[in-house]
Amino acid sequence: MELKFIGIGLAIGLAAIGAGLGIGKIVAQTIESTGRNPEAQGKLFSMMILGVAFTEALAIFALVLSFMMISK
Amino acid sequence: MVSVSAEHIFSVFNMPVTNSMLTAWMVVILLSVVSYFATRKMKIVPTGMQNFFEMAIEELFKIVESVFGNREQTLKYFPFAVTFFFFILTANWMGLLPGFGSIGFYEEGVFVPIFRSATADLNTTLAFAMISVIMIQVAGIMALGVRKYGKKFINFSSPLNFLVGLLELMSEFAKIISFSFRLFGSVFAGEVLLVVISGLVPYIVPLPFLGLELFIGAIQAFVFMLLTVAFIKIATTEMAH
Repeated sequence: MELKFIGIGLAIGLAAIGAGLGIGKIVAQTIESTGRNPEAQGKLFSMMILGVAFTEALAIFALVLSFMMISK
Repeated sequence: MVSVSAEHIFSVFNMPVTNSMLTAWMVVILLSVVSYFATRKMKIVPTGMQNFFEMAIEELFKIVESVFGNREQTLKYFPFAVTFFFFILTANWMGLLPGFGSIGFYEEGVFVPIFRSATADLNTTLAFAMISVIMIQVAGIMALGVRKYGKKFINFSSPLNFLVGLLELMSEFAKIISFSFRLFGSVFAGEVLLVVISGLVPYIVPLPFLGLELFIGAIQAFVFMLLTVAFIKIATTEMAH
């Protein structure tokens, strides 16, 4: 029973590390590019949201999985 | 604890009605009524509600146009994409109203809420994802023709192209999963977060989290629209090689 909760914690925790690093990198690069070329902000913003959505999805898969594990 | 699946509340002619289905119909009715009143007396110089919605539509149109890169395709697919935006936005924000998840009844000792956010149910988001992915295929076939579009998936010109085609085919199914799980996951996680925080400290402290949920609801609606548009753009563009 206790092992189950460790598994759930690991599942979402590891996924959050990866997604956090990825989203951080995406946003940092977007801010840097905006600093270099402020006119491109509108276009960069929608591209950033797309990239963040793809990265975030991975963490959300783990989140949904851990919810399903917890309610079993 | 909030249950992962939507709860069954009553039946209409043996058809089970769940609480998230009820909310989805409320969203449909609300959107219909609002759009009726916003466009009832259209004027060249808009005032009031018409003005607000024209501004919102115009901003979204600009964003969608910047993804498509041309006006013709934008006019064709914008209504489809923006319907997703408004529906998901309304559904997400409706789930934050007081009474959602807290008004209900006990059935065999288990609490069953009458209202549940429509997007906090995998069935709803799966339906959205299917509609979106089928529309992407239809758009691709309409723009390129069955033969050219099918070549993306089944290609016998070389073993490598065949494998790439199989991967493309799998990625179409992965789209359904990622669309539905992203929306469901973030909305459902938000609901659990609010329940947990309200359980720890009932006053004041949950307020910033409600703000966060408002933000996430808007972002998820925006992402769903933008991804649909981006995938339609990819599907309607001919392969370069």
